[in-house]
Amino acid sequence: MKTTVRTVTAALFAAALISQAAFAETKAGLLLPKSGNYAALGEEIDAGVVLALEEAGMADDIRLVREDSEAKPPVGLAKTRKLVLQDNVDVLIGIVSSAVLGAVRNFVDGAGVPLIVANAGNVDATGKDCSASIFRVSFSNAQLNRPMGTWMAGQGIGKVYTLAPDYAAGHQMIEAFISAFEAAGGEVIGSEFTPFGKTQDFGPWLSKVGASEADALYVFYAGGEANSFLSQYRAFGMGETVPLYGPGFITSPLQTAAQGEAAVGIRSALHYIPSLDTPENNSFIAAFTARFKRQPSEYAVQGYDAARVLIEAIRVGASGRAEIAAALPGVRYTGPRGPLQIDPATHNIIQNIYIYETVMSDEGITQKLLDTVENVRDAANGCDLR
Amino acid sequence: MSGAEFWIVQALNGLQLSMLLFLLSVGLTVIFGLMHFVNLAHGALYMLGAYFGVAMVSATGQFWLALIVAPIGVMAVGMGLYQALIRHMRRQGPMNQVLVTFGLIFVLVDLVRILWGNVGLGISVPELLHGPVQLFGISYPAYRLFIILLGLAVMLALGLVLTRTAIGAMLRASVENAAMAATMGINVERLLLWVFALGCALAGLAGVIAAPVFSATPSMATDILIPTLIVVVVGGLGSLRGAVLGSLTVGFVQTFGAVLVPGLASLLIYALLAAILILRPQGLLPARQ
Repeated sequence: MKTTVRTVTAALFAAALISQAAFAETKAGLLLPKSGNYAALGEEIDAGVVLALEEAGMADDIRLVREDSEAKPPVGLAKTRKLVLQDNVDVLIGIVSSAVLGAVRNFVDGAGVPLIVANAGNVDATGKDCSASIFRVSFSNAQLNRPMGTWMAGQGIGKVYTLAPDYAAGHQMIEAFISAFEAAGGEVIGSEFTPFGKTQDFGPWLSKVGASEADALYVFYAGGEANSFLSQYRAFGMGETVPLYGPGFITSPLQTAAQGEAAVGIRSALHYIPSLDTPENNSFIAAFTARFKRQPSEYAVQGYDAARVLIEAIRVGASGRAEIAAALPGVRYTGPRGPLQIDPATHNIIQNIYIYETVMSDEGITQKLLDTVENVRDAANGCDLR
Repeated sequence: MSGAEFWIVQALNGLQLSMLLFLLSVGLTVIFGLMHFVNLAHGALYMLGAYFGVAMVSATGQFWLALIVAPIGVMAVGMGLYQALIRHMRRQGPMNQVLVTFGLIFVLVDLVRILWGNVGLGISVPELLHGPVQLFGISYPAYRLFIILLGLAVMLALGLVLTRTAIGAMLRASVENAAMAATMGINVERLLLWVFALGCALAGLAGVIAAPVFSATPSMATDILIPTLIVVVVGGLGSLRGAVLGSLTVGFVQTFGAVLVPGLASLLIYALLAAILILRPQGLLPARQ
């Protein structure tokens, strides 16, 4: 009797181990900031990842190992090493800050671990420093700002002043905007960068813009800085004199509830807005709202798509680092943001860019679509991974 | 905007920042000077002030009420911390104090994150303080003027209490020589508690008035800490006049640094700190010469 019990127990134990092995096949490291200016973004991307896994019924097949990058390059690199060397993950997902992406690029490239970037737009990572291991399903810093430069010049806006935080993303976004805007006939009369993560008072810069001849102000601010910048811009009463434009992180749907009236009237560009009326987006919003009791933002979609491309790759049979990396460039589908595919040449996403205005409707703040620039693809900048 | 107007507006920007720094550093510097206690959690109390303000405004819609209730709430938290923790840490040396109060920052920040989340929250200000006002032909945000006036009022009130009242005299005596003050019949311990409470309330006040401008975020606890400590070092430990001069210096260096040499804006206050530490390590106006 005793032996039988022992045997049965052992068999059960073995069976449990086997089923564990059969289902937890892929281990994914999720590297996102959980503190600092970008903490809210990290949380939102995490929610998107969770939704995609649950929707595909693969929450047990893809095991997540979470780490906090603190949006700081040295911390991000240390955590990436830990995920790859100690946890032995098959794939990395995440990274919000362009500076962190720049810092981990060489290590990820050398280790051959596929990295699916869920936010950081660092253009070099899919341009001159591109890697066979780095894929991006969010946006590149140039991808959002180039169409906006052309569009604003087309609206007859002549003189523009620019402001952005002083780090990789700020410089790349503004650079892309300026080259497109000037090529289309516009003029940039002032361009300044505020200390990143250290600027709470934008007053001195706003006063400088107010004193200039600018017809419009073009800014990139995201996360916590977006809210404080916007409220200070409104307090200086610049809404009537110097209208505000920029990549749409300034009025991200993640933040418009806290911003209230201050967000209304701002025109900006993003790769996803919640008001897109497509079947894919409507069902995504319904699922996200049911699961998290709040409206999704572009960050949630980035997390969702980062997990979804991995799921698609696993569904076509990929397992392990090399196979996943090989399968990712072939992935294409129509998701909440519209059609998307990974460019085989650079591994950056090809997607629509939506130019929109934040407006007040009966149900609260929403986005009015002004223009769609279809299938925006970045120049290869010397990168060819085919 | 003409040249003169531009510089007046920038001077107002500098003054506004100085007043916020003053409200934060005055409590910290007096606690430093009086208790020889390094309270790194001061920034976390500033953050709590902002969130208490957000909670009050969203519950009642009353900004003015929040302006009074939030500092009192922060004061209560501060006194709780004092009784439970800080009182016992007084004689434990700076290293233990720094570690414990640094740990407190993380505890308070995570509590705030659990209660209010990571997304920045704003406070809408009363109609009266909304948008810019015209002042001698210069357009300037009404709310920023309000911060300047409030800071000046607090500065004046503290100055009067310190120089014209018996409590002020007792406080100055205690900062100068606590042992002698105690032998003269001053209850230094009780004075310390009330000074600590007042410092916390002022940090809370700074938090609630900062929330409409900077919006309340968990990271404000650490963001403000370094500028405030620089104010304390520059001004000199323990003196009101030091806190005034220190915050004006740091506020103006930061503002005009951003205007004149934008590339070095974040570096300048550290350069100022280094210069003070080399040339005048006791600070510009220390309580004890």
